[in-house]
Amino acid sequence: MIVFEKPKSLTDAVMHYCPGCTHGIVHRLVAETIDELGIEGKTIGIAPVGCSVLAYNYFTCDMIEAAHGRAPAVATGVKRSLPDNIVFTYQGDGDLASIGMCETIHSAARGENITIIFINNAIYGMTGGQMAPTSLIGQITQTSPYGRNADTQGYPIRVCELLSELDGPAYLERVTVNSVPQVKNAKRAIKKAFQNQIDGKGFSLVEVLSSCPTNWGMTPQDALKWIDEKMIPYYPLGVFKDKEG
Amino acid sequence: MEKVLMKGNEAIAEAAIRAGCRHYFGYPITPQTEVAAYMAKRMPKIDGVFLQAESEIAAINMVYGVSATGKRVMTSSSSPGIALKTEGISYLAGADLPALIVNVQRGGPGLGGIQPSQADYFLATRGPGHGDFHVLVLAPSSVQEMADLTVRGFELAEKYRMPAMLLADGTMGQMMEPVVLPEEQKPAAKAPGWAVTGTECKRPHNIANSLYLSPAELERLNVERFERYAEVEKNEVMWEEFMMDDAEVCVVSCGITARVSRNAIIEARAMGIKAGMIRPITLWPFPKKPLLAAADKVNAFLTVELSMGQMHEDVELAIRCKKPVYMCNRVGGMIPSPDEVLNSIKKAAEEGGKAQ
Repeated sequence: MIVFEKPKSLTDAVMHYCPGCTHGIVHRLVAETIDELGIEGKTIGIAPVGCSVLAYNYFTCDMIEAAHGRAPAVATGVKRSLPDNIVFTYQGDGDLASIGMCETIHSAARGENITIIFINNAIYGMTGGQMAPTSLIGQITQTSPYGRNADTQGYPIRVCELLSELDGPAYLERVTVNSVPQVKNAKRAIKKAFQNQIDGKGFSLVEVLSSCPTNWGMTPQDALKWIDEKMIPYYPLGVFKDKEG
Repeated sequence: MEKVLMKGNEAIAEAAIRAGCRHYFGYPITPQTEVAAYMAKRMPKIDGVFLQAESEIAAINMVYGVSATGKRVMTSSSSPGIALKTEGISYLAGADLPALIVNVQRGGPGLGGIQPSQADYFLATRGPGHGDFHVLVLAPSSVQEMADLTVRGFELAEKYRMPAMLLADGTMGQMMEPVVLPEEQKPAAKAPGWAVTGTECKRPHNIANSLYLSPAELERLNVERFERYAEVEKNEVMWEEFMMDDAEVCVVSCGITARVSRNAIIEARAMGIKAGMIRPITLWPFPKKPLLAAADKVNAFLTVELSMGQMHEDVELAIRCKKPVYMCNRVGGMIPSPDEVLNSIKKAAEEGGKAQ
C-alpha cells in the first residue's frame, strides 16, 4: 500500500533549493491543493523573480515567468483573459513587498479573483542575502551589515495588516511551515485561498513565514526556531481578513 | 466604403476593436488618452476587457499576461509612459509574445511637453528595452493610416511573434480626418499551440518565459530571433514614394512632417526644383534598399523631422554616406512650416548639386 506520494502537480525536476529551505514544502502544499481540487488542467501559475524564479519547472500546470514584482499584473491579464481558469502567483518578499508593492496593492484593491502565495523569509535569497522590506530591525544582511537600523533603513512591512485596510481582498492569512502542525495549518490556508477563487470570492493571499538557513547563516533547525522566536512576534500568525466573516 | 470623421486616437481604438482585439490596458497620459477613453466606452459593450492599470508598468505586464494566453491585446501611452513600458516590452520580446503598443509621442526628455514630437525614434527603432531585440515600428502619416497600421501591427506581431509599436506623433493622435474603417474581424476562436491556457491534462505544460540560465541556450535563442528579424527586414519593409522618378533632392520624412514636406515639394516643383520624397512607413525595418537605390540618382537627401536628427542618422547609414544628407528639424513640440521645409529643399538642391 502506498502511503505517501509525490503530488501529480509536481514535475520530476530536481528542485534547486538549498538544504533546509522551506520553498519545497510550500511548493508541495500548492501541488497537493491543485491535485485535491482537481484543477491541474485549468491552473496557470505565475513565477516571480527571486529564489522561486524556476518554479515554472516544478509545477505541471501551464506557467508564466513574470518580471520582478509584476506577477499580480500578469495574473490580472491572464485572469481577465481566461476567467474560468485558476490563476495563482508565487512570490517572495522582495518581489511582492518591495519592487512589486504597487502591483500587489492594486490587484488587492481591485479584488482580482486570483490566489497569491507569498513567501516571507525576511531576506533576498537569490541574490545572496540582502535586506528585504520584511527584514527585522537589527537583522544582519549583506546590505545591513551592522543590523537593520530603523533610523536609516525604516521598518519592516507587515503585508497582511497593510492589505487588510483595503475593501478589495477576500481573504488574508499569515501562516508558517516550521513544524508539522504549522505545515498542516498552512495547507488548510492555501487550499482555502484556491477554493475562494473557484467560488469567485476574489483576491486571496496567504503569507507563509519561511526560513532561509543559507542567508541567515544558521542550521536548518536554528532557522526554524528563529521563525518562532523572532519572526512570529513581529509577524503574528492568523487571519487578517475573511469576507466570510 | 463609407468614410467617417474621426480623431486619430479614436481611429486606433476602433480599428483595434475591428481587428478583434478585446483586451486593452492603459494609463492616462496626454496626448493619447482618447484611446483609453474610447476603449472604456466600447469594451464593456462587446464583452471586451478595458482596465485602467495602476501604472504603465502594470499595464504592459497585464498585456504580457493576455498575450501569453494567445489573444490579441494592446496598450497605448505617450513618450514618458513608453519609457516605463520598456521593461515589459523586453520581456515580451524575450518570451516571443506578440502585442501592439501605441506610442503617441510628445516632446522630451523628462516630462518634456505635451505637443507633438518624433523624438522616440531611437527608443523605438533600436529596441525599446534592455537586451538584443527589435519591435516592428509603424509610422502613420494620416488618420487612415492610424487605423490601417493598427490592424497591420497586430497581424505582423502575430506572424513573427514579436511586439509591434505604432509610433505616431502627437499631431496624428489629435487631428481629425475622414477615415474608412477596417473590416470587422471576430477574435480568433482558437489559441495558438504555444499559448498558456491550462493543459486540460492533455499536453505537457506550456511556459511563457524569457529566462535562460545556460549561456549557450540564450545565445542560440538570440541568434534564432535575429534570423526571424532578418525575415522581417526581407518581407515587411513599407514605404511610399512621392515624385521620385526624376527627383534630384530626396526628402525623407514620416508622420506629420511628411505631410508638411509634401506641400513643400509641390511648391519646389512649381519653382523648377526637382524634389521628391521617400516616406518610411515602417521605421524598423527601415527602407534601406529604396534609399540606397535613390542615392545613385539624386544629388542630396533632406530629412524633415521632429527630433534633433535621429532619423537623419539612419538615412546616412542607409545610403552609406554616398550623398550629403541635410536636415530640417524642429523640436519641443514645434513643427516646421512648409516655407521652412521649402528653404531647406532649396539649400539641399543648390549645395547638394555643387557637392557632385
